[in-house]
Amino acid sequence: MEREVQRVRAAFGSGRSRPLTFRRRQLEALRVMVQEREKDILAAIGADLSKSEFNAYSQEVITVLGEIDLMLEKLPEWAAAKPAQRNLLTMLDEAYIQPEPLGVVLIIGAWNYPFALTIQPLIGAIAAGNAVIIKPSEVSENTAKLLAKLLPQYLDQDLYAVVTGGVEETTELLKQRFDHILYTGNTTVGKIVMQAAAKHLTPVTLELGGKSPCYVDRDCDLDVACRRIAWGKFMNCGQTCIAPDYVLCEPSLQDLIVQKVQEAVKGFYGENVKESPDYERIVNLRHFKRIQSLLEGQKIAFGGEMDEATRYIAPTILTDVDPGTKVMQEEIFGPILPIVPVKNADEAIQFINEREKPLAFYVFSHNSKLIKRMIDGTSSGGVTGNDVIMHFTLSSLPFGGVGSSGMGAYHGKHSFDTFSHQRPCLLKTLKREGMNQLRYPPNSQSKVDWAKFFMLKRFNKERLCLLLLTLLGVLAAVLIKRYQAVLRTKALLIFLAVHRRAIP
Amino acid sequence: MSGTKRPGSAKHPGSESTPGMDPFADTLQRLREAFVSGRTRPAKFRAAQLKGLSLFLQENKQLLQEALAQDLYKTAFHSEVSELILCQNQVDFALRNLHTWMKDEPGAKNLMTQLDSVFIRKEPFGLVLILSPWNYPLNLSLGPLVGALAAGNCVVLKPSEISKSTMKVLAKVLPRYLDQSCFAVVLGGPEETGRLLEHKFDYIFFTGSPRVGKIVMAAAAKHLTPVTLELGGKNPCYVDDNCDPQTVANRVAFFRCFNTGQTCVAPDYVLCSPEMQAQLVPALQSAITRFYGNDPQRSPDLGRIISQKHFQRLRGLLSCGRVVIGGQSDESDLYIAPTVLVDVKETEPVMQEEIFGPILPIVNVRSLDQAIDFINRREKPLALYAFSNSSQAVKQMLDRTSSGNFAGNQGFTFLSLTSLPFGGVGQSGMGRYHGKFSFDTFSHHRACLLSHPGLEMLNNIRYPPYSDFEQKLITWALGSHSCTLL
Repeated sequence: MEREVQRVRAAFGSGRSRPLTFRRRQLEALRVMVQEREKDILAAIGADLSKSEFNAYSQEVITVLGEIDLMLEKLPEWAAAKPAQRNLLTMLDEAYIQPEPLGVVLIIGAWNYPFALTIQPLIGAIAAGNAVIIKPSEVSENTAKLLAKLLPQYLDQDLYAVVTGGVEETTELLKQRFDHILYTGNTTVGKIVMQAAAKHLTPVTLELGGKSPCYVDRDCDLDVACRRIAWGKFMNCGQTCIAPDYVLCEPSLQDLIVQKVQEAVKGFYGENVKESPDYERIVNLRHFKRIQSLLEGQKIAFGGEMDEATRYIAPTILTDVDPGTKVMQEEIFGPILPIVPVKNADEAIQFINEREKPLAFYVFSHNSKLIKRMIDGTSSGGVTGNDVIMHFTLSSLPFGGVGSSGMGAYHGKHSFDTFSHQRPCLLKTLKREGMNQLRYPPNSQSKVDWAKFFMLKRFNKERLCLLLLTLLGVLAAVLIKRYQAVLRTKALLIFLAVHRRAIP
Repeated sequence: MSGTKRPGSAKHPGSESTPGMDPFADTLQRLREAFVSGRTRPAKFRAAQLKGLSLFLQENKQLLQEALAQDLYKTAFHSEVSELILCQNQVDFALRNLHTWMKDEPGAKNLMTQLDSVFIRKEPFGLVLILSPWNYPLNLSLGPLVGALAAGNCVVLKPSEISKSTMKVLAKVLPRYLDQSCFAVVLGGPEETGRLLEHKFDYIFFTGSPRVGKIVMAAAAKHLTPVTLELGGKNPCYVDDNCDPQTVANRVAFFRCFNTGQTCVAPDYVLCSPEMQAQLVPALQSAITRFYGNDPQRSPDLGRIISQKHFQRLRGLLSCGRVVIGGQSDESDLYIAPTVLVDVKETEPVMQEEIFGPILPIVNVRSLDQAIDFINRREKPLALYAFSNSSQAVKQMLDRTSSGNFAGNQGFTFLSLTSLPFGGVGQSGMGRYHGKFSFDTFSHHRACLLSHPGLEMLNNIRYPPYSDFEQKLITWALGSHSCTLL
């Protein structure tokens, strides 16, 4: 493990990953890989999550292609130095912020969208000029094996390496030193990753999870709301970090919601959900049993059917759920939708705030004031109003959590910035040393006043008029040719002295 | 502001709850409740806090100057330039820009979201902890504080116990200018800080050494608290053969000896050729004499070392290499003379730890390439300096190394620019602040998408089951416009 990391580090040290042309070529190669090996990729995802080819394509592959295209388009702009505003003290200097790669980045992927959640961060890390070690989740083993095989075939083998394995291998890997770690997964392991990173002072981006609440207001289009909630909840069999985890609504809405969600489910997957090609399965037996135990003692409004042999769990709704029960204590990550009745929006806000900050917050209402009030009154990684999931799809929005749902963000430019060090640069010449006399000791009160003048810039309208008047005065002085040189100097001194006094 | 929490109701998950045994529990609980009440969110409140800071600086200038003089032997000029003015600058800048910074940032939309409202909302994290050091005890406390307050957080400030006089002013006087339900100063040494760190905060801002930075980050990891760590390291100062030695010497000596060398971004050591060294040493002597006179101990412009512990540490470093300038020390006065060392080996202590004193070792390299290799073999520093008449040489140094900040032919004047982010990389730190970067550091950037309630027909395309035609349509629509659908 140590040797692997050292090899990648040496490759980064060679400087090969820095030129923009190199980064472009790697991103283009990645694109070619996705296009040429599409069938293999879809098959692997399908094997891991019982996902149809189309779903795998539209949920994962398209995301990745879109991100590559965005990076390729924007790379020159994002990698360029950005000039910074100067003050009077640094007026004649060059000041800018230069983005630089960090070095060796570790990406630990997740199993629920095993391709996208590993490759999308990789794209950002490559674009920012880093070397990368990719550790796909061993739970989605087909995709992990495929990535281990494919990535070395298309990308630079020394700069980008895939490491496979389980808990033991990951623990070993985390003992090594990296320049940034991006981890997608659960809160418990997130803490372990950050602890390991602390030993090396490695910055981290943690994409974790939580229970994403979904408030359904009395005043909303219930048909549309329930259809969207059902879509977001049951896609990938509920195994989405930003799925609406549970619903909060007034008691009078419960039955209607149950009915409409049931209708939506029928519309999506037919009478016999088990036979729909668009309905996935639980990833493994451990999670199957975990989700099964969440149903104990609950009032099942519909669904609840299970088949251990195929790890099938039917879309299920629970009503009148007691907040103290197990299903409300952990992130469900399965196709179970609890409804917790609350009196009104205020109680919903209170309910949400008593819990850990979630990765996503959803609210359905026609009343935009209510939506605003709920957003203002809560906190979460992201928000989608009157829909679910969709804020994930916009690369202009940073995707990340807050509190125990995570720290840091990525997607689009946010990826590029996450994997870069934005280095401030101030370039001066060795000339004009005379102007530096002000700051060298021995010191005096007059130097303090001059220092204030140069460092504080506070002009207002009256002073601006004064400025203009003296400018005119200076201009007039300059025009008098006979005593030109002397007058110019004197005028400059007057100008400066007046404005020094102009500083309060 | 909705979402009122009943006072005394369920405590925030993760906080200590045995008052009496834990000296901080009550304070933290109080601040948390204040945050939940929403008091710190309106712009008016935040502006009032910032104005309070401004008033604190203006009304207590003399008190602060005295405290800084007691702690670090800082003259009025020093205090003004390195602490008071910079603080005032940050406060004024924040006040001027608060409303702009608080606005939602609009985000670019894709084809699917053209009719929606897309923006990034800046929200306070909640309860912020600021741990500040002793070398610029006012500036490094108030600087982050400005950002945390502007961003709408409640703040606990723990100033360094080593800069005692400033600590007292911050503890006794500062709270009077701020809303004390949302701001508290806590005091203590390493042990108390350790106990403080057991509590959950929503953000921790630490300025200090890498060693303690690791401890802070490990403690933060237990609560998944994001951190900004402003650390340090050995800041290299490359001096090219092609330069004017006296100008370089002026600049290097000035920034090295500023605050008696106790500056995280001070040039720590010089890299130059033996030929340049021969010219630089007399030039450095000339600069030092000019700044501090023939007996620097009597100059009012040269400060003293903060404590016995650091004095002893620095005195030990004086025996490294060979002293060519200075080398004197006076224990009773905690005085170390501006010193230049040559013939130092990489393995000697003076090249192993951050010096943080008025001692400047010179290490010889034969070329720019060798200097770059030397720098890249070591930890990434907080600042990197390159002096040369050739802008190519400066650019080479910049392009082929990494550091928190970079300055060409200059010392750390970049600190005065609110438009430049200030922070480290690698062992020298993570995160950044100053100006708008402070506001952004102490804010959670919440991605918001408000979907247009109608036009459900257009959305039908995303629901299963997917006919062949729909599959082809979706694939075409999303592929050619480079947007994503999940």
